[in-house]
Amino acid sequence: MSSGDIFRNAKDEGRAALVGYLPVGYPSVEGSIEAMRTIVAPGDGPGVDLVEIGAPYSDPVMDGVSIQHAATRALERGVRTSDVFRAVEAVNEAGCGVVVMTYWNLVERYGVDRYAADLAQAGGAGLITPDLTPDEAETWMAASEAHGLDRIFLVSPSSTDRRLSMTLDACRGWVYATSLMGVTGTRTQVASSAPELVARIRQVSDIPVGVGLGVSNGDQAAAVAGYADAVIVGSVLVNEVIEAERTGGDAGPGLRRVVADLAAGVRRPGVGAP
Amino acid sequence: MPIPTEPVRLPDAAGHFEAFGGKFVPEALQAALTELEAEFTAAQADPEFVAELDRLRREYSGRPTPITEAARFGQEHCGGARILLKREDLNHTGSHKINNVLGQALLTRRMGKTRVIAETGAGQHGVATATAAALMGLECRVYMGKVDTERQALNVARMQLLGAEVVSVEAGSQTLKDAMNEAMRDWVTNVESTHYLIGTVGGPHPFPMLVREFQRVISTEARAQMLERWGGLPDVVAACVGGGSNAMGIFYDFIGDTSVRLLGFEAGGEGVESGRHAATITSGEVGVLHGMRTYVLQDEDGQTIESHSVSAGLDYPGVGPEHAWLAHTGRAEYQPVTDDEAMDALKVLTQTEGIMPAIESAHAVAGARRLALELAAAGEQPTILVSLSGRGDKDVETANAWFGLTGRADHTSGGLS
Repeated sequence: MSSGDIFRNAKDEGRAALVGYLPVGYPSVEGSIEAMRTIVAPGDGPGVDLVEIGAPYSDPVMDGVSIQHAATRALERGVRTSDVFRAVEAVNEAGCGVVVMTYWNLVERYGVDRYAADLAQAGGAGLITPDLTPDEAETWMAASEAHGLDRIFLVSPSSTDRRLSMTLDACRGWVYATSLMGVTGTRTQVASSAPELVARIRQVSDIPVGVGLGVSNGDQAAAVAGYADAVIVGSVLVNEVIEAERTGGDAGPGLRRVVADLAAGVRRPGVGAP
Repeated sequence: MPIPTEPVRLPDAAGHFEAFGGKFVPEALQAALTELEAEFTAAQADPEFVAELDRLRREYSGRPTPITEAARFGQEHCGGARILLKREDLNHTGSHKINNVLGQALLTRRMGKTRVIAETGAGQHGVATATAAALMGLECRVYMGKVDTERQALNVARMQLLGAEVVSVEAGSQTLKDAMNEAMRDWVTNVESTHYLIGTVGGPHPFPMLVREFQRVISTEARAQMLERWGGLPDVVAACVGGGSNAMGIFYDFIGDTSVRLLGFEAGGEGVESGRHAATITSGEVGVLHGMRTYVLQDEDGQTIESHSVSAGLDYPGVGPEHAWLAHTGRAEYQPVTDDEAMDALKVLTQTEGIMPAIESAHAVAGARRLALELAAAGEQPTILVSLSGRGDKDVETANAWFGLTGRADHTSGGLS
């Protein structure tokens, strides 16, 4: 199933979808898979609708300190590209849709077509590519077509109209709208540039829109759910895992609390995407 | 692939040097890169911009830089080869970095931006950027790996005196590549007010082209000087290669001169076989790093491998895409020079010529000497033009530690104790 369909199903329920990011390999491969299972099925209430698995990379230029920290530790502890597929499989088995967020060199090194084949085989729906735009994506366009995978490119408040249209045409599944000019990380307010960007997208395309960067609580999620098809959260989840490692505790309770708040946020009456 | 025989018309419109280069950056930066390219193209065609850059080069930086014959060094240590030094060390701020910085700072002003950021390894590019920022009234922040702030403390102080803010980057390997990551993050966040003043012929298009064009003045001058003063073209042009800006600068106008061998010397660190080096072209593989497709030191999964070099300015696991292309076509050759060879060359050149090269530039001196001795064994005494890209003052502390000098006087004289 295309990850865009997950957003459409949520929309049929009159709400936005919730996408949760966690990097594989932090605090360990097993520990990260456990954390992914927790955000998928937190227990009492609903969990995330789609998991975005982060592939740790040595030079993550789009990531702020939390995700950098997790990636550095994961690499020190020996995480490999094959672990990404293991995690995809585990989330898929837990009954949740899953996409991978990866910097491009990791895909090229693995072999673009081989990566696509293994991702599809593991049950992954597609890739989010922060440093690959359609300009350089010829091989990825072909491989994603061949293996039926979603191509989730980023658009930004600084995207020109021409680039916006070009990128939306190249996307398959949905588009990742970065709410502001910056890198990943929690912020006290979601930027006002986000609704403007989503409105610009809606003018030229009916592709589902996920909004990310800076969302960290239920109120922010509810606000974004008012104009987007999906709310993407990452650093706030990673912070729970970091905190658990720091205190020697279990990340489970913190993740459950955060996901419950966010999942309630996207379900607040009257906030469903127009 | 045929070896290019005339001035190169690359990159193409998408920033590709055939299989290399390109723009692998977040969408958020695409508009800024397009703006930069358009502004650069317009500036090159604007006589006022060209005249202002020319004036700054002459009156501020001190260009043209001379060519000095290293006669004793050539006779006594290079088998009689004629070694000619293109003296970029005599530029204001002590290296070729100012050539690029003056151009980009003028572009920054032209774009109406008020703030520049830069990455730096040895600190030469950071100092040059801080200098141009002071000159033109721009706010300036320099990112520098924590390891480099320690081994180049003098340059940190220079930047601070010039009014720049220096950020010590503690992520990753804490060297040049991590400083570049952090500068990219700053740029993504502040692109409206800020120009990222990249210091080498690397990064996403248009930087490799733009920095090459600002550094090209080195070979434009040198080629004319060779023809007018030194009896013709050199047999060999030699330069050190980290990211590769001084090398691109001194190679470029000679690319069409097929009789001239172009030799780039990479940092071989403790030896390529040791794994502790920065010889990217010699032992890297094609990948994507910092917005460009080029040779990268990387592991089986595509994670960047930390580079090692006694020279902070060459301690980088990638290389400019045009060098990757020149290597691929065979037009230029690239060889590693170890820490030992470079430091020995630094000492020998200093003591035979009274010219103390930066450790970066000492790699080119060492490579030229090695080549000269090989050719001497075959009965040849070539003319080798060496890019002396920077002066060694910043490296005195490293050199002291390397040679076991104490900084104390050799003898005492006078006084009753």
